[in-house]
Amino acid sequence: MVKEIERAGFPVVHVCTVTPISLTVGANRIVPAVAIPHPLGNPGLERDEEVKLRRHIVDTALKALQTEVEDQTIFEVK
Amino acid sequence: MAKYKIVHYINQFFGQIGGEEKADIPPQKHEGQVGPGLAFGKALGDECEITTTIICGDSYFGENMEEATATILEWVKEENPDLFIAGPAFNAGRYGVACGSIASSVKNELGIPVISGMYIENPGADMYKSDVLIVETGNSAAAMRKAVPVMAKLALKILHGEEIGSAKAEGYIPQGVRKNYFAEERGAKRAVDMIIKKLAGEEFETEYPMPIFDHVDPAPALKDLAHANIAIVTSGGIVPKGNPDHIESSSASHYGEYNIAGIDDLNSTNFETAHGGHDPVYANEDPDRVIPVDVLRQMEKEGKIGKLNDYYYSTVGNGTAVASAKKFAEEIAQKLKDQNVDAVILTST
Repeated sequence: MVKEIERAGFPVVHVCTVTPISLTVGANRIVPAVAIPHPLGNPGLERDEEVKLRRHIVDTALKALQTEVEDQTIFEVK
Repeated sequence: MAKYKIVHYINQFFGQIGGEEKADIPPQKHEGQVGPGLAFGKALGDECEITTTIICGDSYFGENMEEATATILEWVKEENPDLFIAGPAFNAGRYGVACGSIASSVKNELGIPVISGMYIENPGADMYKSDVLIVETGNSAAAMRKAVPVMAKLALKILHGEEIGSAKAEGYIPQGVRKNYFAEERGAKRAVDMIIKKLAGEEFETEYPMPIFDHVDPAPALKDLAHANIAIVTSGGIVPKGNPDHIESSSASHYGEYNIAGIDDLNSTNFETAHGGHDPVYANEDPDRVIPVDVLRQMEKEGKIGKLNDYYYSTVGNGTAVASAKKFAEEIAQKLKDQNVDAVILTST
């Protein structure tokens, strides 16, 4: 899906946990997520902390979308 | 004569520990054969014995590849088997990647022969086929009865040190290795035979299949975030409560288009997940954990992004055919264009 949407001309960032699959599938902008059943959350955290974490991942994803890439690139959430 | 020793790797489901709610269990070691190991035991006959079965949760492996691999390698090293069997994983994506990854490590780090089994579209097949002998199986566990004899036959050949034939003859996924052999007929005759068949519109088999490259160049970066319309697409199956379009929990045949205009937060009362390939509890508790509507809405209000697109698109990536996903995304891309979307965040579970 990532590839077809990018083929249509949209910059797309793939937020997913198992990044090797994303690389195989052919995503160009990849942001590693937290865990398979909750990629953008962590049920172990307090609600406020969890939202903060999610915002941080989305920030990284938006940064990835604003970055020119030539090849498949993983943007680590720092 | 001593029996050949085999170590078998399976997931929590085939290990009869549990379904998705147990997908996060760390590796554990059992003596003897478990689950599909029984069928392998029979098919391999008296000269082999599955002495150890290693079971690991699919999510655990996917999320802790290094630790899980280190633990399992240690156990396999202690056991020092003649062969390592992983799976078969059919079309289970995380399981396939786990089988491929651990089999590749056992082969390369310990020098022990390995074999696995997967459906051709399993992402693990594409990732590990050149390194690991992967028998091509059907796409669900219903194909176990067919898969076991093919895997067992190949396993015995490996154990006996016999030469492994071509991918087609042995039933494994081609590894991209070219092997010299003496053909019955010379090249010119084979080529002419092929072209005659081709001209007659008959089926023929090329001796040199062309590789398929399908690489999409990265789209240019987003320039003006503060005025950009950002859309969410997901394979994580987030749908309005009650799953109005009945998106299937696996092998999805369609996707949904859902309006989130005016919605600031997804919660357990308004949205849920249709995904049947992982434990749904966390996504059902708070669907923002899969599609970050709350955070993007916040950013929209702050003016950090121009807009969160009124519609998001969702399907279930669990065992869904690549051809289906391609078709969904082509249609979705057209809709995104019609809605003047500038960039896409695609989330996967």
